[in-house]
Amino acid sequence: MVFLSYLINGISLGSVYAIIALGYTMVYGIAKMLNFAHGDVIMVGAYISFCVTQYLGMPAIVSIVAAMFVCTVLGMLIERMAYKPLREAPKLAVLITAIGVSYLLQNSAQLIWGSNPKSFNSLVNIGSIRLFDGALLISDEAIVTVLCCIIIMVALTLFTSRTKMGKAMRAVSEDKGAAQLMGVDVNFTISITFAIGSALAAIAGVLLCSSYPVLQPTTGSMPGIKAFTAAVFGGIGSIPGAMLGGILLGLIEIFGKAYISTELGDAIVFLILIIMLLVKPTGLLGKKVNEKV
Amino acid sequence: MKKVISMLLVAALAVMMGSACFAEEGTLKIGFIGPLTGAAAVYGTSCLQGAQVAVDEINAKGGMQIELIAQDDEHDPEKSVNAYNTLWDEGAQMIVGCVTTGPCKAVSAEAYNDRMFMLTPSASSTEVTEGKDNMYQVCFTDPNQGSASAQFIVDNGLATKVAVIYNNADAYSTGIYQTFVANAAELGLEVVSVTTFTDDTTDFSVQLTDAKDNGADLVFLPIYYTPASMILSQANAMEYAPTFFGVDGMDGILTMEGFDTSLAEGLMLLTPFAADAEDERTQTFVAAYQAAYTDVPTQFSADGYDAVYALYEASLEGGINGDTSTEDACEILVKVMPEITVSGLTGEMDWDANGEVTKTPKAVVIQNGVYVGM
Repeated sequence: MVFLSYLINGISLGSVYAIIALGYTMVYGIAKMLNFAHGDVIMVGAYISFCVTQYLGMPAIVSIVAAMFVCTVLGMLIERMAYKPLREAPKLAVLITAIGVSYLLQNSAQLIWGSNPKSFNSLVNIGSIRLFDGALLISDEAIVTVLCCIIIMVALTLFTSRTKMGKAMRAVSEDKGAAQLMGVDVNFTISITFAIGSALAAIAGVLLCSSYPVLQPTTGSMPGIKAFTAAVFGGIGSIPGAMLGGILLGLIEIFGKAYISTELGDAIVFLILIIMLLVKPTGLLGKKVNEKV
Repeated sequence: MKKVISMLLVAALAVMMGSACFAEEGTLKIGFIGPLTGAAAVYGTSCLQGAQVAVDEINAKGGMQIELIAQDDEHDPEKSVNAYNTLWDEGAQMIVGCVTTGPCKAVSAEAYNDRMFMLTPSASSTEVTEGKDNMYQVCFTDPNQGSASAQFIVDNGLATKVAVIYNNADAYSTGIYQTFVANAAELGLEVVSVTTFTDDTTDFSVQLTDAKDNGADLVFLPIYYTPASMILSQANAMEYAPTFFGVDGMDGILTMEGFDTSLAEGLMLLTPFAADAEDERTQTFVAAYQAAYTDVPTQFSADGYDAVYALYEASLEGGINGDTSTEDACEILVKVMPEITVSGLTGEMDWDANGEVTKTPKAVVIQNGVYVGM
């Protein structure tokens, strides 16, 4: 029974990582850049949701929509101001800019909302599920997170494979220059990618803070890094890979803590990343791209 | 001749008046160092305000007068040493401070060499007092909070099986954990589960499941209130309801923005002071404090108050007055402090020669969202 409850905790933690990893992988797959500020967009989303429910007294759904709206605008703004001017610059420059944006967001949040942690009240209140006469309890946050994760994954897969915009995204991902020659508006496509990634970040922020209810300017950083690990683990750029990587990572973390040592939980997670990169650099579901000479 | 006599009389009078004036100026000068601005300002300010209430009380009694000279250190060791040097220039004879541990370590090293006596209200690390005969504490040292907690749990029969969840990336938390476990063994308290976390941990399900699975009826949390709020919320989600017991780092959980205080119902914490305690001294203090500063005093205010009283009583005992030099006052206080007992807001205090305080641990329990003394 204890094993089962660890399993459920692992899936629940993993689905939070998965939802964040979807945003990472989406942006990486199309814009070919690691948006390290993604974790901090999550934090902004959670703060917006907190403010709307706590200060304005609005219902949960309004706060989620508001958070998605603000994050979408923020994501597009970041892309326009920080990343677009570097489109032709070396990858390292973009990566460092992303780290800069991450610190900018953290420190701005500290200015606006202060450094004192706030307690986030869960927006999910549908009641927990009990199994085996209440011996096993599945929290409503876990159920909603897993469901959201599956829905988002399916929707994103459909969007990129079936719609015209999705086709444009895949074209940009494969070859920016050729896509432009074929009449695809590359800048617009990348903007839309960031918009979607950031809207997902807002949902991830709300779900993250509903399960783990402390909100502070650094809330997004550690989950962001773990989700990045999950995305690499599953194969960065691959949408089902992000989900698989996230859930596996959550399970590894919980089981590692439970059966090896609580002190080494995080170390085990990052050890997995290193082993993965050594053994299969493209990740579980990643495609191997042959460099053409 | 008459002229000479009258001149002499005038001179004598002048001298007498002078010395009379001097006696009035001979008030005891106590310096104060703490963060009055910056991120830790809330601690320094409430501490200073508590100290000021004590000074006003003592001065109203007549007898020896006290002048409190406050310096801001912004919770920065370097600025704290500057503040300390300013206090020398202003003629301070002893110091209440520093309020926070980092600055206190820096300043106490200087004060040890220069021989100025220091009594910190709230810097609780053992490193503050270690190897310095003139550095004393009003608060429990970090590790002593662990032994005091074990003692309190046993004395009040709160539990037989205990789980501990502590932050192993934090010296404060680890120090308390170690003394707690050592004392629990001596007192016959069974520790059935020990789990750790680090600053970035958000998921406590493993730690709580382990405690629950091992049948702990009390979970000891020698940690700060931010992770504690997550532990309480996750324990609630998994319907695990043992007694949670924290230390001074838990203070502040009720004022955390957005925190659902019903989660903390029944939470106990070791704290030297509860503003709603019913004893007369606390109530007089709270009333005087609120009259002067409107807000409710915290444990830092009580620590500041007790620090001033301890220095006052030790000075009376050792015959220190406004004329005693800082160095002499230091040597007298070093002799007197281990011998006296001071009754304060935070309890009856005795000191070891190494500067650590002994007093009865006090705890509060949270009921209906407020601290209630136990």
